[in-house]
Amino acid sequence: MMSSSFNIYRVGISFVMMCIFYKSAVDSLSELSPQKYFSTLQPGKASLAYFCQADSPRTSIFLEELNEAVKPLQDFGISVAKVNCVKEETSRYCGKEKDLMKVYLFRGNILLREFPTDTLFDVNAIIAHVLFALLFNEVKYITTLEDLQNIENSLKGKANIAFSYVRAIGTPEHRAVMEAAFVYGTTYQFVLTTEIALLESIGTEAIENAHFYFFHCKQVLDLTQQCRRTLMEQPLATLNIHRFIKTMEAPLLTEVAEDPQQVSTVHLQLGLPLVFIVSQQATHEADRRTAEWVAWRLLGKAGVLLLLRDSLEVDIPQHANVVFRRAEEGAPVEFLVLHDTELIISRVEGNTHIEEMQEDEDEDVQSPDMDIQDDEVAETVYRHRKTQLPLELTVELTEETFNATVVASDSIVLFYAGCTSTMLLTRVNCADWSDLCTKQNVTEFPVVKMYKEGKHPVSYAGMLGAEDLLKFILLNRISCPVNITSVQEAEEYLSGELYKDLIPYSSVSVLGLFSPNMTTAKEDFTKAGNYLRGCVITGIYSEEDVLILSNKYGATLPALLLARHKEGKVESIPFANSRVQDIVQIVTNALLETFPEITVENLPVYLRLQKPLLILFSDGSINPQYTKAILTLVKEKHLDSLTPCWLNLKNTPAGRGVLQTYFNALPPLPLIVVVNLHSGGQVFAFPSEQAITEQNLLLWLKKLEAGLESPITILPAQEWKPPLPAYDFLSMMDAAASQHPTRKEPECTKETNMQKNDKKQHEDKSTIRKEPVETLRIKHWNRSNWFKEGDKSFRHDNKEL
Amino acid sequence: MSLLAAAGLWGPPGLLLTFALHPALSGPPHRDYCVLGAGPAGLQMAYFLQRAGRDYAVFERAPRPGSFFTRYPRHRKLISINKRHTGKANAEFNLRHDWNSLLSHDARLLFRHYSSAYFPDAGDMVRYLDDFADRLGLHVLYNTTIAHVTLNKDRQAWNGHYFILTDQMGHAHRCSVLLVATGLSVPNQVDFPGSEYTEGYESVSVDPKDFEGQNVLILGRGNSAFETAENILGVTNFIHMLSRSRVRLSWATHYVGDLRAINNGLLDTYQLKSLDGLLESDLTDLAIVKDREGKFRVTLKFFLEEGNQSADAITLPQDDNDNFAMRVAYDRVIRCLGWNFDFSIFDKSLRLSSGGEFSKKYPLVKASYESKGSRGLFVLGTASHSVDYRKSAGGFIHGFRYTARAVHRLLEHRHHGVAWPSTEHPISQLTSSIVRRINEASGLYQMFGVLADVVLLKENATAFEYLEELPMQMLAQLETITGRRARHGLFVINMEYGRNFSGPDKDVFFHDRSVGHTEDAWQSNFLHPVIYYYRHLPTEQEVRFRPADWALPRPTAIHHIVEDFLTDWTAPVGHILPLRRFLENCLDTDLRSFYAESCFLFALTHQKLPPFCQQGYLRTQGLVGTESLRRHGEERRFPQGYATVGRRREDGAQGPEGGPLAPGPPLLQPHDSNKEEL
Repeated sequence: MMSSSFNIYRVGISFVMMCIFYKSAVDSLSELSPQKYFSTLQPGKASLAYFCQADSPRTSIFLEELNEAVKPLQDFGISVAKVNCVKEETSRYCGKEKDLMKVYLFRGNILLREFPTDTLFDVNAIIAHVLFALLFNEVKYITTLEDLQNIENSLKGKANIAFSYVRAIGTPEHRAVMEAAFVYGTTYQFVLTTEIALLESIGTEAIENAHFYFFHCKQVLDLTQQCRRTLMEQPLATLNIHRFIKTMEAPLLTEVAEDPQQVSTVHLQLGLPLVFIVSQQATHEADRRTAEWVAWRLLGKAGVLLLLRDSLEVDIPQHANVVFRRAEEGAPVEFLVLHDTELIISRVEGNTHIEEMQEDEDEDVQSPDMDIQDDEVAETVYRHRKTQLPLELTVELTEETFNATVVASDSIVLFYAGCTSTMLLTRVNCADWSDLCTKQNVTEFPVVKMYKEGKHPVSYAGMLGAEDLLKFILLNRISCPVNITSVQEAEEYLSGELYKDLIPYSSVSVLGLFSPNMTTAKEDFTKAGNYLRGCVITGIYSEEDVLILSNKYGATLPALLLARHKEGKVESIPFANSRVQDIVQIVTNALLETFPEITVENLPVYLRLQKPLLILFSDGSINPQYTKAILTLVKEKHLDSLTPCWLNLKNTPAGRGVLQTYFNALPPLPLIVVVNLHSGGQVFAFPSEQAITEQNLLLWLKKLEAGLESPITILPAQEWKPPLPAYDFLSMMDAAASQHPTRKEPECTKETNMQKNDKKQHEDKSTIRKEPVETLRIKHWNRSNWFKEGDKSFRHDNKEL
Repeated sequence: MSLLAAAGLWGPPGLLLTFALHPALSGPPHRDYCVLGAGPAGLQMAYFLQRAGRDYAVFERAPRPGSFFTRYPRHRKLISINKRHTGKANAEFNLRHDWNSLLSHDARLLFRHYSSAYFPDAGDMVRYLDDFADRLGLHVLYNTTIAHVTLNKDRQAWNGHYFILTDQMGHAHRCSVLLVATGLSVPNQVDFPGSEYTEGYESVSVDPKDFEGQNVLILGRGNSAFETAENILGVTNFIHMLSRSRVRLSWATHYVGDLRAINNGLLDTYQLKSLDGLLESDLTDLAIVKDREGKFRVTLKFFLEEGNQSADAITLPQDDNDNFAMRVAYDRVIRCLGWNFDFSIFDKSLRLSSGGEFSKKYPLVKASYESKGSRGLFVLGTASHSVDYRKSAGGFIHGFRYTARAVHRLLEHRHHGVAWPSTEHPISQLTSSIVRRINEASGLYQMFGVLADVVLLKENATAFEYLEELPMQMLAQLETITGRRARHGLFVINMEYGRNFSGPDKDVFFHDRSVGHTEDAWQSNFLHPVIYYYRHLPTEQEVRFRPADWALPRPTAIHHIVEDFLTDWTAPVGHILPLRRFLENCLDTDLRSFYAESCFLFALTHQKLPPFCQQGYLRTQGLVGTESLRRHGEERRFPQGYATVGRRREDGAQGPEGGPLAPGPPLLQPHDSNKEEL
C-alpha cells in the first residue's frame, strides 16, 4: 500500500519536474508577423511577445534565453512568440531602433506589462518576471515590517502565509517562489520582499540569498497572538518549496494504533522520517502535549505521530518510548529509549551525522528488557537461590539408595530437576540421577510419587502446594477403598466417626454397597476407588446383610452412598452398569459443592463444568443472607446454567486483581458478577445500588438472559503471544556474511549513554581502536552497558581464564 | 589383528563341530544380523541387538575380544581420557568425559572401574572388552576368521539379498544384515624407492635402548608417529619427522584424531632447536638409498630415475644444494603412516568402495552408515569414520558407541517396525527438555555435527515428541527412517564450534576468543548448543545443497546458546531465557511458567490461558507459591501485582530484575517514568 502511494507521488513529482525542466526541441520559438501574432491571441490566455526588427541578427543571447523559456512558460499556459516587425506591417510595439526592442506580455489582447530586454537577462528572470506580473494579486510585494504585520493581522484565523525573501527580482529563487505561487497562490497568501532589513526585523539570523517562511495564521484566533513561523531550511528551489508546503499541509500530529512499520503518511512519501511517540491511555494527555511540542519543532523535517500502545496489536519493546522510522523503503523500525525531547530533535536533525558515528553503536546496543527475567517461577527460584531450605527433613535419594529406601518404607518421592511422619519424605535430583528418573517414568519435573509397599507407585496429580500434598498423603494412609466389615462400622464410616482425623481433608465419604455376588461391579468400584485415592475417602461394603443399609438409605444395589459431613447428609446414587470412568465421574461431581468458596486451588475443578461463573466477591466471610438467597435460587433451578460461587478476598487475595480488571478500580464489596469465561468473555455486574436479595438477583438474571444488560467489560480473547522478541541470529549471521554491519532486531538505543562523555568512555574508545574488528563488538557492548558493569563485566572477564 | 590370525586357527574344537553340522541340514546357518569383529564397535552393536532380543552373531578371528588392543598402541598408552571424577553424579553427563566405556545398562561396566590412569594402559582396554562381552553374555564366535563375504540375491531377503560369509574352514554363514566393525587393520604403506628399508610402526622395537645414539627419521605426523618419537626422544641423537603436510594439533583443530598434546614432546624440542626437527615433503617424491656404511640417505626419486647408478653414485640433493635439510645419514627410518580398511575380504558384488579423495582409507558409506553399494551392509566403528573424518569423534569409542546405537535404532524401525524411541511432552516442557539434554547428553556432545536431537511438534504446537541422537544428515528422510511424523515443524538441537575457530593454523588462544553475552552467542567459538527451527522438514535436495559451512540447510530461525566456560547451560538469564524467547517466537506463544495464583487470575480475566496454565493449573496441577514467596512478592509488588493484568501497573515501577508477572496479551509497559522527562 505504502509503496503504491509512494509511486503515485513519484509520478507527481516527475510531472512537476517535466513541467519545469523539460526542454523540447520541437517547442522552439515561433516567429510570426505582427498581424499573424495578434490574430493568434486568445481571450484570457497570456502571451509573451518579443518584437524585433526583421533584419536583426538571427541569434542573440536574449533570444537564446527566450527560446529556453518557451517550454516552461507554455507549461504555465503562456505562449511565447517572436514577432518580426516587417516594414509593411508596422505595429506600435515595434520599436524604432534595433536596441530598443521590448518584450510585451498580453492577456488576451490586453497589454499587461512591457519589459526591456535587459530585465529579462536569463531564463529565470523571464519566467520570474512573467509570473510575477501575472500573479500580481496572489503575490504581495512588500517593503516594510508594517506591511507584513498588516497582512498577518488581516489573515489571522483565515489563511496561512508563505513569506519569502529573495535578494532580487528575477533570481532563480524568485523564479522558484513564483512557480510555487502559481500552484499554491490561491491557497496561501504569498508575500515577497527583497528588503534585507525586513528580514532582520523578524529575527532571521545568518541571512542568505533567500528564505522561505510559512506563517501559521489560520489557526490563530486571538489577534494579539503572533502567527507561528516555520522556516524552510532547505535551499529555495521549486521542489523544496513544494515538499515543504506539503508537510505544512499535513496534520501536525496524527494518532495511530497500528504497527509502525505499516503506517504511511505524506512524510514518508516526501522522504522524511517518522517519529512515533509511544503513549498509553494513562499518560495520553501529557504525551500528546509532548508530541505536539516535538511536532512543532520537527515541522518540515519529520512526521510526528502518537502511537497508542494500549490498542496496539504488535508488541514493541517494553521500555521503548520513541519509535523512529526512516523514509527509505525497507529501513528497519528503530525502537529507542530517549529521555529528553531534545534527543529526538537531534536524532532527526542530525540523522545522517548520527548514523555515521553510530554504526557500531546501533548494532551493539540491545533492548534492555530481553535480558530481564519475565518468568515469575524462574525469577523466584533464582531470587531464592541462596535461601537455605530445611532439606534435612527429607532424605536425598540416589541411584544406589532409591530401591532400598522405597522397598523398606512407604515413601513420598519428589522428583525434581536441579533446579515433604511415618511416611518417609524423600527427594531425587533428576539432574544428577537421570537414569533413575527415566526408570521411574519421570519425564517432567517436578513430580511427586508415592511408593507403598506391595502397591504400584501413585503419581500425585494435584496442586504442588503443602496443603494439597498433605491431603494426598493423609488420605493415602487408608486403603482405597476401605473394606467395611459390619453394618455398625459402615454407620461409623458414614457418620465420619471412623476416620475422624481424615474428615477435614475429605468433605465426602463414599461407600459402595454391593451384594456379595456382584463381582464385576465390585471390581469396577475398587478400580475407581484406586483411581480416586488421595482425593476422597472411599469404602466398600458387600456383606450378606447389605440390604439393611440399602433399605435404610433407600438405595437399590449396587449403590453409592455419599456422606456429606459438613451438611450431615447421606445421599444415595444408583450406578448399575456404570463403568470405572462413570463411577469416577459420579464421585468427582459429588465432590463439587453447590455454592463453593472459590480458591486458587479449586477453581480448575469448577471451570471444568464449562458454565459461566456467578461470583460473589466478599471481603471476609460471606453474609449468611446472601448464601441463603443464592441457595434458594439454586434450589429453584434458576442458576442451572451458571456455576454460583463466592470468593473471599481474605483467603484469595488474587481476587483483588480480578476485580480491578473488571472494574478498573476496587469497587465496594460485596458485589456479584457473572463471568462468561467460555463463550464471549463478557462480564456483567449486579447493580451495586441494589440489595443482594433473591428477587433482585432473579430479576437481574432474567434481564441478563434476555440480553438487556450490557457487559461492564469483555475479557480479552487474544492468544498468548511471545512476551518479547528473540535475538534474530539468522539475520545477524546473514549480515556478517554479506560484510555489512550487523543490525539487530529489535533496535533499542540507549541514547543516554551516548550523551555521557565521561572519562571512562574515552578510555574505552581509545583502546577499542587498537583491537581487531572481531573483538570489537563484545567490548563495545560492555561500554554501552557500563552501568550494568556490576554483574555483566564480571561475567565477561571471568570466562576463559 | 593380523598377527593373531594364526592363533585363530586353533580355536576350541567344539565350536568348529557345531558349524560343521549345520550346513548339512538346510543350507548355511542363518542369522538376521552378522557383526564382523568383536572390537569395541562390534561389541557395542552386539549389546544393542542382544537387548532388543534379535537374532545375531559376532564373528571374531581372535580368541578374545579387542585383539587390536593386545598389540596397539605399541607403547601401550591409550590417549582416550579416562576421567573418573567430574564432581557430578549424572551418569549421562559423566560419559562426556569417559572416552573408553561402551554403553550398557550395567554401571559396573564403566571403564573407570578398570583403570585409574587418566591415559589408561591398552591392556586394561582388552580386559574391559573381555568383561563386557562376558558379563552381558554377548554372542561372539571367536576364532572365526571370515575370509570372504559375498552377496546372494534372494527375493525373500529383507534387503533383496543375503550376505554369505565364508570362514577359514570354508563354512558359510547367511546373514540378512551385515554389520562391519573390523576397524582399520592394514598398515598404510607409501610406495617409493627404498621403502623396503623402512621399519613399520607395527613391528618397530619399542625398547628405547635399541635407539641409543642413533639418527632417526620418522615418516608420518600422526599420533602413532609422535608416540614413537616420544618413546625414544631422550636416547637418540636426533629425530627428524617427515610428512606431506603440516602437523595438525588437536587442540587447534578440535578433532581428537589429530596430534594430542600428550604426544607432542618433539614439537617442544624442535622449536627450542634441540636437534630434533619437523619437515614437510611429499613422500612419493622421495627415495631412500643405503650407503656404504649401511646408513640411509634421503634423495629424490627424480635423481634415481636419471640412470642406473650404483648406490654410491646416486645423486644426492646436497650435491647441488649443500645446505639441504636432510643431508645427514640416518640409522633408522620408521614408517608411521596409519591404517587402512581391509577391503580384501569383500566380494566385488558388494560394491564396497573406498571413500573419496580425502578418506581413501575408509569404505564409502551414507550418513546412515549404510554402504552406498549394497543395502543392508552397515559399517560401524573406526571404519565408519568417513562420515565425520577430521570433524568429530565417530572414529573413536566415545563417538561410535553413539553412532552404533543410531544404526541399531534405524534397523529396529526398518526390520521390526519399532519406531525411533521418543518421549512426548506438553509444550510447556519444551524449554526444560532441551535444557536438560544440552546439559547432560553425551552423544550430542561427542558427535557434534553428526548426531542431533530432534523435537517434532504436534498440531498447533500444544505438544511435542523428543527424538535423541538422530544422524543429522538424514534429516530429510526422518519420517521414513524413524517412523515418526514431522508435519508441524521441528527443532534440531546440535552442538557446534564457531565457524572459523578450528583449524591446524588457527590461533585458538587469541584474546577475546570467548563470547560472554547472549546477543553475541552466534559468534561463540567453543562447543555450544545451536537450535535450528524448520517450519517444514527440509528436503534431501536442501540438505545436500545446503550452504557451505552449514551443518544443516538454512532454517526458518536459528538460536545459539552462548558458549559456557563450564559447559553448564543452566544460567536462568544467560542461557535459558534467550532460549525460551527463541522457542516462543518460533511457536508464536508464551512459554513462561506461572504460579497457580497467576493462572487463577488469568483464568478469571482472560478467555485464553498461556500453555503453562492450560497444561498445568487447569488440570489441577498448578504450582502453589509458598507464604515466603508471597510475602516477598508483596514487597516487590509481584506476584501480587494483580493490578497489572489487563491494566496498567499503578506505580509503573518495575524492579531491576523485571516484573515477571507482566501478562502476555496485551503487553503493558510501565514506562511513564521515562515520559515525565520528555
